[in-house]
Amino acid sequence: MSTTATTATSVSLAVRDVHLAFGAHQVLRGADLDVARGGTTCVIGPSGSGKSTLLRTINRLIEPDRGDVLLDGRSVLRDDPDALRQRIGMVFQQFNLFPHMTVLRNITLALRKLKKLSEDEAVQVARAQLELVGLAAKADARPAHLSGGQQQRVAIARALALRPQVMLFDEATSALDPELVKGVLAVMADLSAAGMTMVVVTHEMGFAREVADTVAFIDRGVVLEAGEPAAVFETPEHPRLRRFLSQVL
Amino acid sequence: MDPLSTLWETFFDWDSMREALPEMLTVGLPNTLILAVSAALLGSVLGMLLAIAGISRTRWLRWPARVYTDVFRGLPAAATILLIGVGLAPLGMQVWGPNPYPLGVLALSLIAAAYIGEIFRSGIQSVEAAQLEGARALGFSWGEAMRLVIVPQGVRRVLPAWVNQLIALIKDSSLVYFLGLVASQRELFRIGQDYAATTGNESALLLAGLFYLALTVPLTHAVNWIDRRLRQGRSVAVAPDDADDAGLALAGETGLPTTGRRDPR
Repeated sequence: MSTTATTATSVSLAVRDVHLAFGAHQVLRGADLDVARGGTTCVIGPSGSGKSTLLRTINRLIEPDRGDVLLDGRSVLRDDPDALRQRIGMVFQQFNLFPHMTVLRNITLALRKLKKLSEDEAVQVARAQLELVGLAAKADARPAHLSGGQQQRVAIARALALRPQVMLFDEATSALDPELVKGVLAVMADLSAAGMTMVVVTHEMGFAREVADTVAFIDRGVVLEAGEPAAVFETPEHPRLRRFLSQVL
Repeated sequence: MDPLSTLWETFFDWDSMREALPEMLTVGLPNTLILAVSAALLGSVLGMLLAIAGISRTRWLRWPARVYTDVFRGLPAAATILLIGVGLAPLGMQVWGPNPYPLGVLALSLIAAAYIGEIFRSGIQSVEAAQLEGARALGFSWGEAMRLVIVPQGVRRVLPAWVNQLIALIKDSSLVYFLGLVASQRELFRIGQDYAATTGNESALLLAGLFYLALTVPLTHAVNWIDRRLRQGRSVAVAPDDADDAGLALAGETGLPTTGRRDPR
């Protein structure tokens, strides 16, 4: 399974000093994140640490109170958020496929309505994308008739069909039965190897170690430590990272 | 004559029924259907606007929708039909002349809109927030996401309630007789009542009742059928055949997110 054909020109991504509060609850307190052009950064940390929220500030599903998000060094906070999100693909824990549409339609919808492709062109792109995640045979099925792993691969295909420059993964395998995780991680690893700029929020430490070029540890809304996987996993410096790793490894 | 046969002739006088039948078929039935269906269509369009306004973040949309719904759901249908049919008659006079029929449709539509708006609103609000987030993440605006993703799912979920409203409309369409329709505009109830008045028995009215039942009972069963179908999804539950990926997901077609577990049933 290769996803090479899906990679558009990738960009570098930087998150600078992002703050966000939900009412009195301070979720992000100056989070920083760097992803090199074509790089993969895995974000790890305890639940409630702000991982998913941080991810959502990158494509502005949630607007940060303060701080900046840069693609190739240029702030995206003044861009039209809808146009920005077409450049940044996102994959969710619960897949968020549209249950009332076939797999194919899930993928062609944005191609037709946003990219203004003709029906034929959209179908062609969608089928090619499904082929790449190994689900060409499921084009006419409804999402509910697929396994969780298959649904997640469709969700990845749906995001990739728009030729994004960055891909965000929000605990993409957390809702999957254990035997289905591998197939989804394989697609993600392929995509990373193909040079997609990716931010992966994950509990899969094995994946972070093998696929990421940077691992960032976030706790209480701040990235406390970031570096190469070997350094983060073998010689963690921050005591809270050490405690976290002792709990999950 | 003994009371039993009097009773029988009051309700089952075949001659009265036979006399009324042609007009029931050629005038009453078409008019009832026109009133109910056009009010259902107009009421659904207005109801959708009310539903969207009702969930708007702008209070200047939410509030009027709320007040409208409270008023039109709270008034007796007969009162609303009279108020609109008579009250707006001078206005209607200028637009389409002395014809109460369009005002009857309008009144029925305005009442239906209040109920259908609530039905649509509850359906739309039952769609998981994750669906909106998924659509927004692809780059759809809020309006596009609502139109393409959220509303179609929400409406599907409340189709049974919507059909129930159609049944109510078929019955309520009888109330437009208040507005004084000309002969060719009479719907089932009015024709039944007119024949009952001239024949001196209720048989024609009973016949009208049978016509209503012929319309509403199948719809009631259609509701149950749609409901069952939405609950269970289509009968096929395809087992994924990929070797790498052997889990089953059985969420049916009700749009519930699945995590690969079987839903409790």
